[in-house]
Amino acid sequence: MAKLYPENTSNFEQLKPRKETIRFLLDYSRALKVIPLKKISFEMSLN
Amino acid sequence: MVLKSNVMNTKSLSDAQLVSNYISGDENSLSVLINRHQARLYGFIFSKIQDRDATEDVFQDTFIKVINTLKRGKYNEQGKFLPWVMRISHNLVIDYFRKNKRMPKFKNKGDFDIFSVLSDESPNAENKIVESQIADHVRILLEELPEDQKVVIKMRIYQDMSFKEISENTNVSINTALGRMRYGLINLRKMIDNHNISLIN
Repeated sequence: MAKLYPENTSNFEQLKPRKETIRFLLDYSRALKVIPLKKISFEMSLN
Repeated sequence: MVLKSNVMNTKSLSDAQLVSNYISGDENSLSVLINRHQARLYGFIFSKIQDRDATEDVFQDTFIKVINTLKRGKYNEQGKFLPWVMRISHNLVIDYFRKNKRMPKFKNKGDFDIFSVLSDESPNAENKIVESQIADHVRILLEELPEDQKVVIKMRIYQDMSFKEISENTNVSINTALGRMRYGLINLRKMIDNHNISLIN
């Protein structure tokens, strides 16, 4: 796998995702509930 | 003070510990993981895609996969969180390029003209007329050729016969049929040049 990342990406590392993207991910994570029940797991997105 | 101290403690935890805490229900651990690796991951994706909007999408999709996998309890790369996330984003970058190859992306710069990307490859009415005229001219010129050359060219071009079939139908060898075709085409070109006929569509 190391060969996949040989390029120097440091020039781009000052770039960051938008705040809204981070906010969306954190909200998505908080809303997502996975409830295991026997062999099945139920996923719910709580608004 | 206690809350601030907890945040400080969380920030000093290893990736593996943060992942473990997140799986146990600590949502703040995800925030720390994202903050810790966002620049490297975003830079990696942008270095491949070179488009801010698409990078944003791939970055988001990467963490959605991360969240889904962790919450479903399917994460099994203990201690290798970043390489795992990079691998997910790498696969999504490949998906992005595959998708773009099938459906090229066009940037809207305000003066966008739909007809600049929706070209009509079929010939227009004028081209159809010109093509028809060229075909007529070639037929007229063909009649000027010696009979043996004319027959071979007609069989090959208009009847789509193979040289084997032509040789059988004209009772000559394949090489002779090929020779007649060659000389027929040479003579056609000569006639076109001599009469300054333009057959270019």
